[in-house]
Amino acid sequence: MRRRFARLLAVGLPPLLLLLGAWLLAGRIEAELAARGIRSGFAFLLQPAGFEIGESVFEFHAGYAYWQAFLVGFANTLRVAVPGLLLATVLGALIGCGRLSPNFLLRALCTAYVEVFRNIPLLLQLLTWYFLLTEKLPPAADAVEFLPGFFLSKSGLAFPLPAFAALDGAPAWPQRGALNIEGGATVTPEYLAVLLGLAAYTAAYLAEIVRAGIVSVPRGQVEAAAALGLTARQRLRWVVLPQALRLIVPPAGNQYLNLTKNSSLAVVVGYPDLVSVANTTLNQTGQAVECLAILIAVYLALSLLTAALLAAYNARLLRRGGRA
Amino acid sequence: MSAWLRRNLFSGWASGLATLLVVALAGALLPGFVEWAVARAVWAPDAAQCRALDGAGACWGVIAEKWRLVLFGRYPYAEHWRSALATCLLIALLAGSVLGGRQLARPARLAALWGIGLPASVFLMAGGALGLSPVDTARWGGLPLTLLLSLGAVGLALPAGILLALGRRAALPAIRVPCGVYVELVRGLPLIPVLFIAAFLFPLFLPPGLGADVLLRVLAALVLFAAAHLAEVVRGGLQSVPQGQYDTARALGFTTWQAQRYVILPQALRAALPALTNSFVAIFKDVSLVTVVSLYELTGALQLALAGDADWRPYFLEGYLFIGAIYWTGCFALSRWSRRMEERLGRG
Repeated sequence: MRRRFARLLAVGLPPLLLLLGAWLLAGRIEAELAARGIRSGFAFLLQPAGFEIGESVFEFHAGYAYWQAFLVGFANTLRVAVPGLLLATVLGALIGCGRLSPNFLLRALCTAYVEVFRNIPLLLQLLTWYFLLTEKLPPAADAVEFLPGFFLSKSGLAFPLPAFAALDGAPAWPQRGALNIEGGATVTPEYLAVLLGLAAYTAAYLAEIVRAGIVSVPRGQVEAAAALGLTARQRLRWVVLPQALRLIVPPAGNQYLNLTKNSSLAVVVGYPDLVSVANTTLNQTGQAVECLAILIAVYLALSLLTAALLAAYNARLLRRGGRA
Repeated sequence: MSAWLRRNLFSGWASGLATLLVVALAGALLPGFVEWAVARAVWAPDAAQCRALDGAGACWGVIAEKWRLVLFGRYPYAEHWRSALATCLLIALLAGSVLGGRQLARPARLAALWGIGLPASVFLMAGGALGLSPVDTARWGGLPLTLLLSLGAVGLALPAGILLALGRRAALPAIRVPCGVYVELVRGLPLIPVLFIAAFLFPLFLPPGLGADVLLRVLAALVLFAAAHLAEVVRGGLQSVPQGQYDTARALGFTTWQAQRYVILPQALRAALPALTNSFVAIFKDVSLVTVVSLYELTGALQLALAGDADWRPYFLEGYLFIGAIYWTGCFALSRWSRRMEERLGRG
């Protein structure tokens, strides 16, 4: 009887304590908010935001509601994260392979890249990119045309649009105007700094993952494939990559998630991502609990999504492994 | 020599092409960089001379002029020696623990060393007794703040992380589930929202005395964040210890806790040490984010030192390179140490 009671206590007590703690905490916060005269609830989302957002994929101005501002922020987060992870993947794969090159100079260069970019805080890298892009580049009137149609200057990057995407009458091909670049599409230096910073930083981690994945394939496998008469390309395609990818994909997926989470650092260079919008909203309305709850929900959904995708990939690999 | 060259630089047409490309790249960039960073650089703290350069050379004079503000932030100028002493003490402790060899390898000695050294450096910073004037934590800044926050976060988060990792393996769902939920929830969040929680939510429920101190709130946020990440690393180490070890310990009469304490954890932590060190590097880098909630660690102190001074504002790049070098040295040394441990553990 006594033992049963003890077990019941052991099972029931921790959740009870947690609930009690949460209840006390919630009561305390509510009392404090009431004392400060701050409303609670999500009704504020429907009110006009009253602030402008520097760049947006949708039309947005101060009269739009807070929920639309959050949407713009979220779209901005994705707008920088998705190209960022594509760029990081290409760069990371190249550098990871370069670290295994028989060429000494290339190997040293790639090793140096990884050691430099991994060992400096991302925040500092973003600030440096932003400073270089806004202070060291020429003004828009003397923009550098580094590729035909690609103009880089203090006010960002102008590049040609595919003809079907051109907006009402504006020329799809950017051209030098009197004071700035006219036509084409442009991205701001804030966007560029975050994109380049995230891609360069994440590429260093991806390079290490790619390298470890390739190294993990035993030499004997490659030698056996060569003995069977497979060419270098066939060896890579049919022997090395299928085995290396099993080890590369799960940590690479985590790096993609990290990149998306790290895009929250955009707030330091003034790029209006989700966190930046939440921060502004929070300062205007004082409704910290709600704003932070939205942030937590969004990032949690993103990480659950990544976890689900990786699990699906793993399941597919296992199924294939079983069939072979 | 020529055999080495052939093998390492020109082993095939692809390798030869890569060599030429790298050499061409270096030829295009290096001379310009050396000219900027060394040949035409101004080393004296002379703003007029720097302005005359017009960007053709680096203005290292900005470091010569501002290094005390960058390294120590808003700490009272006359008391900078205390910040410097605390920094040296912390670096000496770190170097001693890593390089101390067998003399210091015993946990008890290490604990005693840190048990004296860490409070001593906090006292040096805070003052308030022994003739040292009190300095409010809101004015701490620069390198000592970065070091104290990193060490404090690691020191407090590691025990919490170990408990969480053990909790996730507990038989009771009532313990396992909350630990698992906590770890996964926090690991899914970026650090910045967690810092916002510390800055905006903690004051709502903490007693005013405790809630008023930004430094403590931010430290608490870093600990909550790091604990979840370290828990996952420790769990990896725990999984590497075979179940038989636990069963044997139980058969020999160890209680559950004794088995964990004397048999499982020592092996698990040993196995997890390289991964733990990587997490420490990540925490050290992450501390730079506290600047978004107005604590002026190294990066924030640099902004503070340069942004308000029209003479020196154009030379942020030199400042970024300076603190980048400090961060790089710390992270690189730690990761090198981690690799050495990995090799030693792999052999042993």
